[in-house]
Amino acid sequence: MTNIFNYIDRPSPIHRLTGATKLVCLLLWSLAAMTTYDTRFLAVLPVISIVLFRISKIRIRDVSFMLGFTAVFMVLNNVLIFLFSPQHGVGIYGTKSVLFSLGGNYAVTKEQLFYHLNLLLKYLSTIPIVLLFVCTTNPSEFAASLNRIGVKYTIAYSVALALRYIPDIQREYHEISQAQQARGVEMSKKQSLFKRLKSAAAILIPLVLSSMDRIELISNAMELRGFGKNKKRTWYMGRKFGRADILCMAFCALLFVLALALNALNGGRYWNPFI
Amino acid sequence: MNEPVLEFKNFGFQYNAQSKPTLYDINLTVRKGEKLLIAGPSGCGKSTLAHCINGLIPFSYRGEISGSLKLFGKETKEQSIFDISRHVGTVLQDSDGQFIGLTVAEDIAFALENDCVGEPELHQRVKQAAELVDIESHLLHAPNELSGGQKQRVSLAGVMVDDVDILLFDEPLANLDPATGKQAIELIDEIQKKTGAAVIIIEHRLEDVLHRNVDRVVLMQAGRIIADTTPAQLLSQNYLSDNGIREPLYITALKYAGVEIRPEMHPESIGTVELTEQTKEKVRAWFHAAPPAAPDPERETLLEAKDLRFAYANGHTALQQVSVSVKKGELIAIVGTNGAGKSTFSKVVCGFEHQQEGTLRFDGTDLMTLSIKERADHIGYVMQNPNQMISKTMIFDEVALGLRTRGVPEEEVTPRVEETLKICGLWPFRKWPVSALSFGQKKRVTIASILVLEPEMIILDEPTAGQDYRHYTDIMTFLEELNGRGITVVMITHDMHLMLEYAHRAVVFSQGRVIADDSSAAILTDPDVISRANLKETSLYELALRCGIGDARAFVQRFIDYEREVCRK
Amino acid sequence: MKNSPVKTIVAIGVGAALFFVLGRFVSIPSPVPNTNIATQYGLLAFMAVMFGPVAGALIGLIGHALIDFSYGWGIWWSWVIASGVFGLLVGLVSKRVKVAEGEFGKKDILVFNLAQIVAHVIAWIVVAPVLDILMYAEPVNKVFLQGAVGGASNIVTTAIIGTLLCVAYAATKPKKGSLKEEQ
Repeated sequence: MTNIFNYIDRPSPIHRLTGATKLVCLLLWSLAAMTTYDTRFLAVLPVISIVLFRISKIRIRDVSFMLGFTAVFMVLNNVLIFLFSPQHGVGIYGTKSVLFSLGGNYAVTKEQLFYHLNLLLKYLSTIPIVLLFVCTTNPSEFAASLNRIGVKYTIAYSVALALRYIPDIQREYHEISQAQQARGVEMSKKQSLFKRLKSAAAILIPLVLSSMDRIELISNAMELRGFGKNKKRTWYMGRKFGRADILCMAFCALLFVLALALNALNGGRYWNPFI
Repeated sequence: MNEPVLEFKNFGFQYNAQSKPTLYDINLTVRKGEKLLIAGPSGCGKSTLAHCINGLIPFSYRGEISGSLKLFGKETKEQSIFDISRHVGTVLQDSDGQFIGLTVAEDIAFALENDCVGEPELHQRVKQAAELVDIESHLLHAPNELSGGQKQRVSLAGVMVDDVDILLFDEPLANLDPATGKQAIELIDEIQKKTGAAVIIIEHRLEDVLHRNVDRVVLMQAGRIIADTTPAQLLSQNYLSDNGIREPLYITALKYAGVEIRPEMHPESIGTVELTEQTKEKVRAWFHAAPPAAPDPERETLLEAKDLRFAYANGHTALQQVSVSVKKGELIAIVGTNGAGKSTFSKVVCGFEHQQEGTLRFDGTDLMTLSIKERADHIGYVMQNPNQMISKTMIFDEVALGLRTRGVPEEEVTPRVEETLKICGLWPFRKWPVSALSFGQKKRVTIASILVLEPEMIILDEPTAGQDYRHYTDIMTFLEELNGRGITVVMITHDMHLMLEYAHRAVVFSQGRVIADDSSAAILTDPDVISRANLKETSLYELALRCGIGDARAFVQRFIDYEREVCRK
Repeated sequence: MKNSPVKTIVAIGVGAALFFVLGRFVSIPSPVPNTNIATQYGLLAFMAVMFGPVAGALIGLIGHALIDFSYGWGIWWSWVIASGVFGLLVGLVSKRVKVAEGEFGKKDILVFNLAQIVAHVIAWIVVAPVLDILMYAEPVNKVFLQGAVGGASNIVTTAIIGTLLCVAYAATKPKKGSLKEEQ
């Protein structure tokens, strides 16, 4: 698997934005979506996301695999929340309008449904934008972008190294695991949990120990080519901001300010239609 | 004479963790534009010497330095590793470890980025360096889309981008197939001619490096320089074989034929060596003195693969119409380039992957009916790097692992493990931790951990990779012993010597198909197969032609048989 | 052995890559249906005692964020941060537990496991749920129970896999002693 992060190279205005812009936008957008529970605001964000997806030329079927995970996760989380706290919405919105009772503590209330709607909108405001970022940002640009927004270049580079060596380590894991299976090491359900963990260790020990050698080798190679020589470094994949970049960042900053303003206006994180 | 760029004077080095120095009394001068080969067996100190040259000693590996090492007249220990790296560019043996960038262009740019070189210079210089090594059409490729040879070119571009004065190659041939290795040596030669940099190559595969001219060969043994001379002088003496370095095969053959090697014959390579009529006559006489070959014993079929087809999930077809049969008691080699299908073949045989078409029978049983674990009772698989297999701290436990996971009672485990340890020559070390063993001994532990399951056949992936001649001979002698005990041995390799000297037969893969299945001597004298499988013709072939021996294949066979009979007694 | 700054950077990168591969591909079926046991925290604990708190924190943060990125289900900052906190806390005992120098005796096993238990408790029963409540306004009892279950299972895997990794690594460091060949 060479493209584990599902970067899809297509000519689009969103692809042309620098990685740093997209990273800043992602952060501002996520902060905005996290700050407030104003339903009106949360309803607008998914709409904008859909428009952005259209602009980026990423199609549903490109990301269907990832959307699958997300859907399962969302349903599971909503069910869990209802099971654990069927009156959570009542607590938040302060009123209780029972629609029908399920017996015991379990009653379906308008407030609870409204809370679930908000939760759903919250997921829909935060998840697609991450997906869009992943699909339109070249992994090679990622480290340069982190450095651009103020992360120390050494740390930004460790992210680049992680991306670089994931495929190698994945392949090595696969090979070690096959060879150990031939020797009878297995992690299937037939074994007791303790045995499964010990089997995992039989694969992980050679993998991790050979990775320790790898760390030594890579750090030698990097030092020999002058890594850490200066306080800064340049990036082959780094690009200058253009007008579109500035505009996008300004727009996302505006979203964040709007979220803060709504919180102030609503006198809290929730927009409450029940009172 | 050119000015010296590098000067060792009475230099010595001792690692902090060690009780004895690794280098003693090193006196060595390298001049501008010179090309040097440093050779010696494992543990002779040649890697340590390389670390001293590129500055990893003393900056990464601590220890005590005595004497002096000057780079352009300045003591290196008074400089920083960054100062040194401006002059010395190192191409490491492991091109995967050295490939740091996510793509070719980023990796070449690495040193410039660290130097804060900005646009547009950065892109320009990357492009120039890529052109120098002929990789500019792959700038956006990721490392896993490149072959071993291409990765090495990227490494080279990554140091050339800095205009270094000294190029240091640490075992550049270790991970390459024969044809790519030959191209690498040619590339190094061209780069040197274009840039005038001094080149230092550390390698024990002497014959392959001498494919192009080398000014001097420095031979090391036990931390000292024991010879520093021209290749012609060195080949005329017995230094090499006495110090565990393999002589070029044509030199060995000439010696067998009773020819005395002298420097004025220009013995550096098979292309340059002068052969008088008298010499040729001697070689012919030796060839014709061959005893009649013993007929191959009749053997039963053990593994029968028929018309295998296998494609990976991403659609890449790795095997097509592959039919191979392995007989009981054989020792065979499977050869071919990276990606030719030889590893995939062994994975399919072991059950790690399942073919989409074709049949696999082992001693009459359909292998498809057996799980990975069940197949392993018959077919053992030994990985290239023993560190990827060993998961226990103690040797005994490591060898016992396969028995214990199969639920064999402990009172049966002990005698079986002990017996296996004896066979593998590990009995004296039975109470040692694995970590105390050398690389070669670890390899034996992994083989032992497979043998303990008493398979009829073992498959070994590159059993001798990265081993010097002595360790190589050790491992191969051991495998022959096992073979003598009736175990069928299949080796996946691109080492031509291994194939020539040990394999009864070689199966050649190319682009997912079997393109030849014959004796090693036949394959290494067939120009068509050689070029399709990225092999290299042996120098014995050329020697035969130059001596007017028409049947080169028989000549190569004569050499192999002679070595087996005369030299291994 | 003192780690050079470059080596620590590389350890963070390779550590995060390992964390990612373990988290994405090495799942052990757990007794609870449809849930898997995370093996990556054993690795993270090992890397943290080897390379210290900063490396531990960054491996957890980067590795976990990359896993979330690759699934495309958004980044669950509360859990990403909790992974970082776990790495940081275990890393705090790196000065005491000298695995890197080949020492990992009974006392060290105890210290290592106490550290990982405390770190898991703080990460999953304090940090992650509190952040979940702050960021997503999820019900209190749900997030704490989720944290407790996750934390408990992580403690078990770390105790086994983390300890075995430390023991195995320590054994690779040569100790000056008397190894004799026996006939």
